[in-house]
Amino acid sequence: MQPPLKVALLINFKVMETKMRGADIVIRSLIAEQAELIFGYPGGAIMPVYDALYDYEGQIKHVLTRHEQGAVHAAQGYARISGKVGVCLATSGPGATNLITGLADAQIDSTPLVCITGQVAAHLLGTDAFQETDMMGISMPATKWNYQVRRAADIAPAIAKGFFIARSGRPGAVLIDITKNAQVELAAFNYQPCQEFRSYKTHHPVSDTAILQAAALLNEAARPYLLFGQGVILGKAEAELKFFLDKSGIPAASTLLGSGALSQEHPNYVGKLGMHGNYAPNLLTNQCDVLVAVGMRFDDRVTGDLSRYAKQAKVIHLELDPSEINKNVKANVAVLGNCKESLAKLTEAIASKKHESWMAKFRALEQQENEAVVQHDLMPTKVGLTMGEAIHHINHYKADDAVLVTDVGQHQMIAWRYFNYKKTRTQVTSGGLGTMGFALPAALGAQLHDYSRQVICVVGDGGIQMTIQELGTIMQTKAPVKIVLLNNNYLGMVRQWQQMFFDKRYSFTELDNPDFIKLAEAYGIKAKKVSDRADLAEAVEDMFIHDGPFFLEVVVEKEDNVFPMIATGCSVEEVRLN
Amino acid sequence: MKRYTIFVITENFIGILNRITIIFTRRGINIDALTASESRIPGVHRITIEVTVTEETVIQLVNQIEKIIDVIKAFHHEDTGVVYQELALYKIPVSRLDGGLEKIIRDHHAKIIAAEPDFVVLELTGHKEKTRELLEILKGYGILEFARSGRVAVAKRMLTIDSFVN
Repeated sequence: MQPPLKVALLINFKVMETKMRGADIVIRSLIAEQAELIFGYPGGAIMPVYDALYDYEGQIKHVLTRHEQGAVHAAQGYARISGKVGVCLATSGPGATNLITGLADAQIDSTPLVCITGQVAAHLLGTDAFQETDMMGISMPATKWNYQVRRAADIAPAIAKGFFIARSGRPGAVLIDITKNAQVELAAFNYQPCQEFRSYKTHHPVSDTAILQAAALLNEAARPYLLFGQGVILGKAEAELKFFLDKSGIPAASTLLGSGALSQEHPNYVGKLGMHGNYAPNLLTNQCDVLVAVGMRFDDRVTGDLSRYAKQAKVIHLELDPSEINKNVKANVAVLGNCKESLAKLTEAIASKKHESWMAKFRALEQQENEAVVQHDLMPTKVGLTMGEAIHHINHYKADDAVLVTDVGQHQMIAWRYFNYKKTRTQVTSGGLGTMGFALPAALGAQLHDYSRQVICVVGDGGIQMTIQELGTIMQTKAPVKIVLLNNNYLGMVRQWQQMFFDKRYSFTELDNPDFIKLAEAYGIKAKKVSDRADLAEAVEDMFIHDGPFFLEVVVEKEDNVFPMIATGCSVEEVRLN
Repeated sequence: MKRYTIFVITENFIGILNRITIIFTRRGINIDALTASESRIPGVHRITIEVTVTEETVIQLVNQIEKIIDVIKAFHHEDTGVVYQELALYKIPVSRLDGGLEKIIRDHHAKIIAAEPDFVVLELTGHKEKTRELLEILKGYGILEFARSGRVAVAKRMLTIDSFVN
């Protein structure tokens, strides 16, 4: 029997109502994933999505950067500070290939990121069409997962899966390539978030046996030592780390990306690891008897020569990613799983202890570093300004939860060494990939997550010029980023290596720089240049007081070096103070 | 260095083979042989990779392969842990045939699977050492073409694919 006409119309209308353009599905899916802010740059193959975006003002915010690399680093900065998935939009071809550095950076630093790229229409794939690149092939080694969508009906499931993969397990970079036909075709929209699928394991239950073995080692240990990395922040295990240290009395050192996971004022905190980390934490790695590594992956910048790294110690590795266990350093006890869970269990299983004489060794070496390096960096008596004293003044004025964003090079190491980390998620830097040009856009992204928070972008004169166009985005968004340019008119870190390892042959490291102040002012950003020590404190204060973005150029000593240092191929115990 | 067989149980998605081989490429490791085909479960593929590396390296390779999102399970075995077979085809010109071929075929348990006016094709299944041995002998017959498959293997361990696919 035919239904009455009215009902038939109603059913038809409902079906029609839920069908929408693929481009609308993209935006609605992003909204369903609670993406509030996306960074991007339009172009031919992504135009339908940009057209749809026009209708969703108020529901989702888009920031137009000046280059796709700026968009992806901004999304990374946003993700690192917010703990949410960073989202980025770009067109096909050059737009998409410009994202690659950011994808690789996010992937190696475990930053949750979803990049959506337009692609030529499905029937043109593989024909060298205008602005076609094989994004699946190009992005594959730089992503945790990538996927090409060729029909509108597959958009929502792909975005759901992409967000789930980006933020779960060990977070990483995802690229979803959407052909133009899929953006304009119609499909029903019924968003189903992704929670699991059979080939992907996100949770590894913590083994009680492993916990007992680890606890037994720790309870017997005379000189236990803990290293913590970004896994603590990603696993939201900051409190568990603190409780563990309170009870165990074990000295603890941070990797570059782990900085902030533990307040530097904690009594067990002994400093930073790695090539330009602190003296004691590196040197004493080869004197501990039990080494506990939490959410860190024994990067070569941390270990130096592996054949001479902590060979005397029994190693306990608390790690989420099974492929990191035994990759660089063999673990005597591997505790697979989220460190939030494993640290809590381990805290219960260990005896309460103090390790005063062992801790005193760290403090004695710290004193040596203070005398040989730190005081000369922070309170120099020579004429030229040091990078360290700029950071010293920033510490004086910054808020406890201020975010430090750095680029790559000498300024990065100095800022990291001297910035006073008190809270978690206050550090944004390119650790694994070492991407120059990262800081300015990443600081913008971090700031746009929260306008009210202090975001300090410390950058060198080399790196800033790699993405300096993003001053335009800062101008347009009025993001009150405090940019501190430490200018030595050199590619400083490369120059330092040339001095130390290449007989001072300064091959292509000196820069003739533009007038940065005029440049910043051209973008409507208040700017100030300091070359004299007498003016530094006031300039830093002015920067923090100013309501809005500020550009502070500090002209520093041309040929200063960063110490301590473990030269490439050396052991951690060969860390040098000069 | 030892010869290992790596089994990869994976979703049948576009690009998965590429993702797997990238792991070998990155580390500069040559794949000795590779076969890929659908398993007995629809949509699930089985890839068998033969590789000569140290035990430490094979463990890291397997861990990194298993980390690939669409890989369901990966594991490795030494030659003693698998039952495996390879297939070789030999194309020989008819003009070079003589009375000796019959004995060679009998001795090696090879068989003729095609006979054309200009050539015959011999087939031999067996381990690489066996197929290589026959190749050396048949060189005297002016081999036109020789092709050998990758390894097809099953593990001796009593585990079924179903325990991973759910």
